[in-house]
Amino acid sequence: MSSALSRALRPTVIAAVAGLVVMLVIPFYAEPFLLQAGLFAMAAAIGAIGLNLLTGSTGQLSMGHAFFLAVGAYGYVYFAGDSGHELSGLGLPTPLAAVLAVVLAGLAGGLFSPIAGRLRGTYLGIASLALIFIGQHILHNAHAITGGANGRDVPPLELAGFSFADTPELVVFQVPLRALEKLWFLALLLLLAAAWVARGILRGRPGRAMGTIRDHEIAAGVMGVPVARYRAGVFVLSSMYAGLAGVLLAMAFRRTVPDYFGIILSLEYLAMIVIGGLGSVAGAVAGAAFVSLLPPLFTRYGDGLPLIAAPGAEGVSPAEASRILYGAAVVAVVLFFPGGLLGVWGRVRASLAARRTSHPLTRMEPEEQPT
Amino acid sequence: MTTFIELLVNGVSIGSVYALIALGFVIIFKATEVVNFAHASLLLVGGYVIAVLHEDLGFWLALVAGVAVAAVVGALVEFCVLRRSRAGDQHVLAIVTIGVDILLTTELTRRIGTDVLAMGDPWQSQVVQIGGISIAQTRIAALVTAATLITCFLLAFRYTSWGIAMRAAAEDRETAALMGVRLSRVSMGAWAVAGALAAVAALFLTVFPTPGLDRSTSLVALKAFPAAILGGLDSTTGALVGGLIIGLAESLAAGYQNDVTFLGRGIGEVVPYLVMIVILLIRPAGLFGTRELARV
Repeated sequence: MSSALSRALRPTVIAAVAGLVVMLVIPFYAEPFLLQAGLFAMAAAIGAIGLNLLTGSTGQLSMGHAFFLAVGAYGYVYFAGDSGHELSGLGLPTPLAAVLAVVLAGLAGGLFSPIAGRLRGTYLGIASLALIFIGQHILHNAHAITGGANGRDVPPLELAGFSFADTPELVVFQVPLRALEKLWFLALLLLLAAAWVARGILRGRPGRAMGTIRDHEIAAGVMGVPVARYRAGVFVLSSMYAGLAGVLLAMAFRRTVPDYFGIILSLEYLAMIVIGGLGSVAGAVAGAAFVSLLPPLFTRYGDGLPLIAAPGAEGVSPAEASRILYGAAVVAVVLFFPGGLLGVWGRVRASLAARRTSHPLTRMEPEEQPT
Repeated sequence: MTTFIELLVNGVSIGSVYALIALGFVIIFKATEVVNFAHASLLLVGGYVIAVLHEDLGFWLALVAGVAVAAVVGALVEFCVLRRSRAGDQHVLAIVTIGVDILLTTELTRRIGTDVLAMGDPWQSQVVQIGGISIAQTRIAALVTAATLITCFLLAFRYTSWGIAMRAAAEDRETAALMGVRLSRVSMGAWAVAGALAAVAALFLTVFPTPGLDRSTSLVALKAFPAAILGGLDSTTGALVGGLIIGLAESLAAGYQNDVTFLGRGIGEVVPYLVMIVILLIRPAGLFGTRELARV
């Protein structure tokens, strides 16, 4: 077997291809409810990858991720929206508006970088908490741009004459593709691109520099890593990821409301990367799927589960049940599975491999283990 | 002028309540080097217990119960979660407390629902007139209580063996352990004290002029984070000064918000965070925090 062929037949590659095929087929069969949930999960995955670059890989705790999501979402709406009475908008072509929204989120991250580059650890975490409250204040008060507490409608994306709206329907294989289906493919494409870029960054020189900053800032500086520049740069990059996620979320919601972008959303993103596994792209995606698919699945299939009441009824609502579950998952992951879902998967794979190769592997003594 | 003095007194009063919360936060950080993001939920626990029990037990017993329960919950978090964690990294421990916070806050806000719970305090909405200035009794009670508690705490911190153990542990954990200080007991004590202080703060955050305990109370409690951090995370003095600064800034901004309408409504909610950012830009380790010195 040639080496190219054997590489192509590696189990991880096969799994990736199979996963991709499944993701491409889902829109043709799944009901709108599942599509909506999946769409949110993919948007969340993009945001979580960004946060994981910042918090997981570079070790900068950020509780202000929801703010940058809001900048992306509202940026898109403002750039693409038309001026009406009480509302203003620039009415730009929607793809341009989406790109500008992502750039705007990056700029917002850059504006925060004097703080992000200066504070460390906890101080940064609490300082970034300020972004949430400042963001909420602006979203509620800048009526002309954000529509105030009631929010604003999101214009659908139109790419070279192809509209990501319900009408006109696009019929492929006799299945009518509406807005959700079309957005699904767009989100999948963007997620793959986002994951690919992040993986490239993490595996290359910047990734190693980021890891060194996380593990020992002074050592990083001594070895020639421009620490302040890297920290500011990663902050900008992570906000751009959040901005892109925000744009996608806005398109999926079709209406942006300020209350969504609160402190709970920031905590959700932190939960995602901890549950999935700090510092890895796949972990962020797994965690995002876990955290953002739980509430809709509980809402839909909660009848069969004990303890969960229908929304509005007495008892634990689906949203609360899922919040309790992922809160517990965060605690459990840190206590029992350092490394998150991805770490668990790695351990399973290692034990399978150990069983396959019957001879024992030489292991390092605990003192020698790299930490 | 009277408005200004009223706002000043209210600011100092609410600031002393923030100082109580921030003090607990700083105690935990000093004793265990963990940043406790679950602090707001400890506060909610204390407030909820007081609100639920005051009809059956009377206010004072309910207050004692609330303080006790919050202290026990704090100690339990330390005992069941932080102590079991194998992660040595303080950042990861901070994230665990976020998980705990999600758990506790979700359960409590679910129980509270859309209700606004009264605290049943003896002061109600009575107002005292002093030389033409009207001040709510609750504000005076808050100021007196917070000042007393903080004084007691600082004295205990200085003179009791518990305080000495705590300071020794904060100074150098290993040496303290070698000198016979039980670190596990110190950190559990710190969590319990922090919980108790938070419960008292919960009472004064939810009495008049605020309508009562509701699901947004934990958001109000978050303002103690800027208070703790702008004073410096490892400084008790910093917590007190930070609390007062945040309280004054919030009170003045809320009082004069009609003069600064261009900043939008509800600017009082945001000002604490703006103040924090400005101070951190100038002094990244807070006003009284020790600058981290690193030896290579």
